[in-house]
Amino acid sequence: MTTPLLSVENLSVAYKEGDHHTRVTHEVSFDIAPGEVVALVGESGSGKTTTAQAVIGLLPENGRIEQGAIRLNGEDISKWSSKRLDAIRGSQISLIPQDPTSSLNPVKTIGAQVGEILRIHGDRDGKVIAARVAELLARVGLSDPELRARQYPHELSGGMKQRVLIAIAIALKPQLIIADEPTSALDVTVQRRILDLIDELRRENNTAVLLVTHDLGVAADRADRIVVLQGGHIQETGEAKALLIAPQSPYAQRLLADAPSLSTTAFREPRPGGGDAIVVDGLVHEYGLGRKKSFRAVDGLSFSVKRGTTHAIVGESGSGKTTTVRDVVGFGRPTSGQIRIDGTDIASLKGDALRQFRRKIQLVYQNPFSSLDPRQTVFSIVEEPLVNFSGLDAGARAKKVNDLLERVGLPEALRKRRPRALSGGQRQRVAIARALVLDPEVVVLDEAVSALDVTVQAQILKLLDDLQRELGLTYLFVSHDLAVVRQISDTVSVLQDGRQVETGTVEEVFLRPQSAYTRELIDAIPGKRSLALA
Amino acid sequence: MSRYIIGRIGQALLVLWVAFTAAFLLLQALPGDAILIKFQNPELGLGPDQIAALREAYGVDSPLWAQYLQALGNFLAGNFGYSVQGSVPVSQELLANLPATARLAGFGFSLAVLVALGLAFLATLAPFAWLRSAIQAIPSLFISVPVFWLGIMLIQTFSFRLKWISVINPGEWEGLILPVITLAVPISAPLAQILMRNIDEVSTQPFVAVARAKGASPGWVLWKHVAKNALLPTLTIAGILFGELLAGAVITETVFGLNGIGGLTERSVRFQDASVIQAVVVFSAACFVAVNLIVDLLYPVFDPRLRKAKGAAA
Repeated sequence: MTTPLLSVENLSVAYKEGDHHTRVTHEVSFDIAPGEVVALVGESGSGKTTTAQAVIGLLPENGRIEQGAIRLNGEDISKWSSKRLDAIRGSQISLIPQDPTSSLNPVKTIGAQVGEILRIHGDRDGKVIAARVAELLARVGLSDPELRARQYPHELSGGMKQRVLIAIAIALKPQLIIADEPTSALDVTVQRRILDLIDELRRENNTAVLLVTHDLGVAADRADRIVVLQGGHIQETGEAKALLIAPQSPYAQRLLADAPSLSTTAFREPRPGGGDAIVVDGLVHEYGLGRKKSFRAVDGLSFSVKRGTTHAIVGESGSGKTTTVRDVVGFGRPTSGQIRIDGTDIASLKGDALRQFRRKIQLVYQNPFSSLDPRQTVFSIVEEPLVNFSGLDAGARAKKVNDLLERVGLPEALRKRRPRALSGGQRQRVAIARALVLDPEVVVLDEAVSALDVTVQAQILKLLDDLQRELGLTYLFVSHDLAVVRQISDTVSVLQDGRQVETGTVEEVFLRPQSAYTRELIDAIPGKRSLALA
Repeated sequence: MSRYIIGRIGQALLVLWVAFTAAFLLLQALPGDAILIKFQNPELGLGPDQIAALREAYGVDSPLWAQYLQALGNFLAGNFGYSVQGSVPVSQELLANLPATARLAGFGFSLAVLVALGLAFLATLAPFAWLRSAIQAIPSLFISVPVFWLGIMLIQTFSFRLKWISVINPGEWEGLILPVITLAVPISAPLAQILMRNIDEVSTQPFVAVARAKGASPGWVLWKHVAKNALLPTLTIAGILFGELLAGAVITETVFGLNGIGGLTERSVRFQDASVIQAVVVFSAACFVAVNLIVDLLYPVFDPRLRKAKGAAA
């Protein structure tokens, strides 16, 4: 067997916390052959990013390699000085980062940032650099590269920025690219195009890729081999195909079962449903842009949701999802069209009537890390709406809050804690409890599971499903993730640039999509390869 | 954009008017006045009639509102009145004292910026953790040193003990060294603190990791990526510190016995020379407002995100 390009041997990394070091990865070992794609898969806290950072020598200041070796072409680079590593970073190992929005310097032009890697590694001639930058930007599929080179990051979309970062990563034709969640911040269709681009460039230069991802579907589609990490331990390593068909470790089995994009579960059983809980009719929302100009964020959206069922609104960023949600819960005023919740037209409500109406419709936000007041305890977060709205005394409130926290599966021990001390899944349970405490009829879930790991996501989806059945709730489920929508929804509307391109039952839309855009969205769901295997 | 500039200039004028009015009212509220201080001296041998005539001539006994309107009108016309003590037009006094203060303030501020930058960069790049934290502690020390005490200590040490810099009739530039240091130290401290915090914050940004992954050395990253991003928020603080600079100049000039706006302020306060004080207050306020206006207008030059986007901004 030839020497692997990269060989990680018994790598243990520890972080300094106070006086002692805590290990976060434990004797991780894997190889990458030239031109091979290896995926490091795991949930948050699994040590996948730490391992990747160790390989490129960019551990945070408080991190250190405690044991093991990282061999690049047979030579152990784990003990190299930072200065020596500078010579191979960018030229032999490069990085495609996670979040394109914050990964480019906001005050430097695109051209300067792409050209920088050439300068660092010895190019001096400005003209040569400018020509090479334009060539690279064109290579990653950016139109009008000379113009792009003069633009600043904020003038580009997320997908374009990620292309720029890919241009930087391939500039010096490195042997290994570390792609750390390269697409998790992007829309699905953009995600697919970016992964295709990485694939293509990799083949062109026979570059190996270490793909770090939480998304087993992405790993299944793109990797030759998969390394599954949990809590810093390798659970399983194997050929992608074999691992997906017959995972050996219990953890990999669970991960596979929980990944919405890989599950082949049937569509939801049709719910009986009652009368219409939400009716949206011809919703139009325009934002004024200075004098006489306006931007139509939502353009003629109509749907209705039967009581006790779930309607999903699907679309990519900028499709008008958020504007729709704000109008439905009564935070925004539509330009035209009607929204009736339980028969009441929201536009007719003002002042206190509008405030009382809010009891009926509650919102769960996307980010469980910022939607909870860090200074309140879990108990008081859930209690607060009751204090505002109900005439209940303290004892009755406490009973209600405790019952509800029990119902959403939060152990008693956590109720006096503050959000900081909770995991992402626990926080989202708190947010759900807070939404339910006023006995609403409609709950709007705005990307409510998007920030969660797959296994946690599966638990929260199950919780939402149980609550709906027990309490007869109506959900408006806003998501960019079609795989999740397929699991939880009865009916769905697809939005593109503010227009409704498709609406119907989930089964109709998924099996017989009418618009090209919906088909593209469905095709972009990662995990196709593994489904094809099954 | 032009509408924004006009609005900002309008705000600036409003601030000036408020400063003028407040200064006027406070000065009127003081008991006694410059005329009494100067001319009631028995050695001059002026009788009550003559003093009353002088008071009439300076217009200090007319009703408050009339004096106010008169003063405001004069100010708008660029006439700052006469210094009672110096018997010259106030504008002349200001002009005579301005260059010295401008020089002191200019050098003091430049030194403060250099010291702040030096401290902040050292605190980031110094080789040992203990050294970095030692450097990080320096600004807190600087901030707690009173200006007058620092000035006296510097004179003690460098002039009297070490005899490096003479205090009696020093050369024009030699005499500036200690006052500039005295002025710079307390101004450099908040600048350095904010810079250090910004550098720490910017250093955790993903684009810094990307730059490191390109193979850039820590020094390159600090200089080419972190510095500009960390300096941007410091601009505002620098504008606000300009006020400190003016206040510091008063004390510094007094301690070192320099002629300048600071010295003039000190003298005119001692003698209740209202028109001089009034002019100094308005002049300082104008400088302060102008500096901060310039800072605000400069932001888009340094930060491309604040330039008006072409077409629709979402």
